Amino acid sequence: MLAKRVIPCLDVHAGQVTRGVQFGRAERGELRNLGDPVQLALAYNTQGADELVFFDITASAHGRATMVHVIEQVAAQCFMPLTVGGGIRSVEDMGVLLHAGADKVSLNTAALANPELIRAGAEKFGSQCIVVSIDTRRTGPDTWRVYSHGGRRETEWEAVAWARRAVELGAGEIVLNSIDADGTKAGYDLEITRRVSEAVGVPVVASGGAGTLDHLVEVLKVGRADAVLAASIFHEGTYTVAAVKRHLQAAGIPVRLRPGD
Amino acid sequence: MIGLIDYGAGNLRSVHKALVHVGAPVRLVDRPEGLAGLRALVLPGVGAFDDCLNALRRQDLFEACRAFIRSGRPFLGICVGYQALFERSEEFNRGTAGLGIFAGPVVRFPERPDLKVPQIGWNQLEIVRPDCPLLRGVPDGSHVYFVHSYYPQPADEGLVATRTEYGVRFASAIWRDNVFATQFHPEKSQDVGLQMLRNFVALAGAA
Repeated sequence: MLAKRVIPCLDVHAGQVTRGVQFGRAERGELRNLGDPVQLALAYNTQGADELVFFDITASAHGRATMVHVIEQVAAQCFMPLTVGGGIRSVEDMGVLLHAGADKVSLNTAALANPELIRAGAEKFGSQCIVVSIDTRRTGPDTWRVYSHGGRRETEWEAVAWARRAVELGAGEIVLNSIDADGTKAGYDLEITRRVSEAVGVPVVASGGAGTLDHLVEVLKVGRADAVLAASIFHEGTYTVAAVKRHLQAAGIPVRLRPGD
Repeated sequence: MIGLIDYGAGNLRSVHKALVHVGAPVRLVDRPEGLAGLRALVLPGVGAFDDCLNALRRQDLFEACRAFIRSGRPFLGICVGYQALFERSEEFNRGTAGLGIFAGPVVRFPERPDLKVPQIGWNQLEIVRPDCPLLRGVPDGSHVYFVHSYYPQPADEGLVATRTEYGVRFASAIWRDNVFATQFHPEKSQDVGLQMLRNFVALAGAA
């Protein structure tokens, strides 16, 4: 059976993994330094992470060069799927990161500004390479709005409609991040995760809000996500990846556990 | 020396790094001349069937790959490099011919509301041929990493080395004599995948 994936997410700023408690914290300098991305990646590789996601949260030219270097080092030592996001604006940007060893690139703001970028990337590298990451916030009892620019700018798009459009254009996977829940440790937004997962035929990765292991169970079961992305619970050493997977398995969720995990 | 066909496949670098990691000397091959003196050959692939076959033809590697396989030296096809061994693919329906080493089509997963396509992630191997040298030291039920929407349906069931369940029970790896091929990515399957690459390199006597 296909396992539900457990994916640690590494936000990289100036060559270090950082963690902002909520959207916008990076800009205000309120970041906590959590260590070297290559060392953390190796640790998660050993713990049996199913995939790693790196977000370049500076997304400047200097940040990009740092990220390419990080991906090259990780790809030479971790034989597992790697995804990179943050500030990718062109097919050339995608090519540089894939060439460095990433398997997938994650688009967000640039895809909202120019949806054809999704199609161009999918045509050049294949849909399986193109992830569209969606930052969304509940704006009414039954409405979720998509935000760009790291959650700072409201767009015209409703979350389900944008997810559908992205998949039509060639996205092979959707990462759904709840701005309301991100960093709160109060649980994922189950409702919008379920709506998006049921609306698209490609895998949906839930992101933002994991605080307890039961939050992960809920979003995989009730939210119908295919994978869970989490940062704080791993980086702070609250849980190892293997511990998370054992909990999911006990809750009846198919996971990949290796002998000794 | 193990040859790795370079036709612009997305996973070329990952396969290269993984082969080097398990101790194989690797030569990138983008023209038929590069095949001389190789002990074994790997055909990687991510993406579209047509792109792979058209690139092989453009680089005069289509017939050269067929000849290499006929020579009896170990050959490993990965993902689209596995699909390429068959006759044709449903993908695009343009009728692009595969290498035609084995009979059978390459088909898409069924359209079902509960089945996400592409299959992305770790799925399990049901080992049908425990005697397959590529699977030495790989336990039944091991998880390996898949990213694909299509899979080959070998006409000859005797080829099937492993099966995997995803809406259908498809042939996730095949083996016949010197030819091995996997729908999953050994280069992205952590220790289990590296074990298979180690087995392949040992078989080639190239480590």
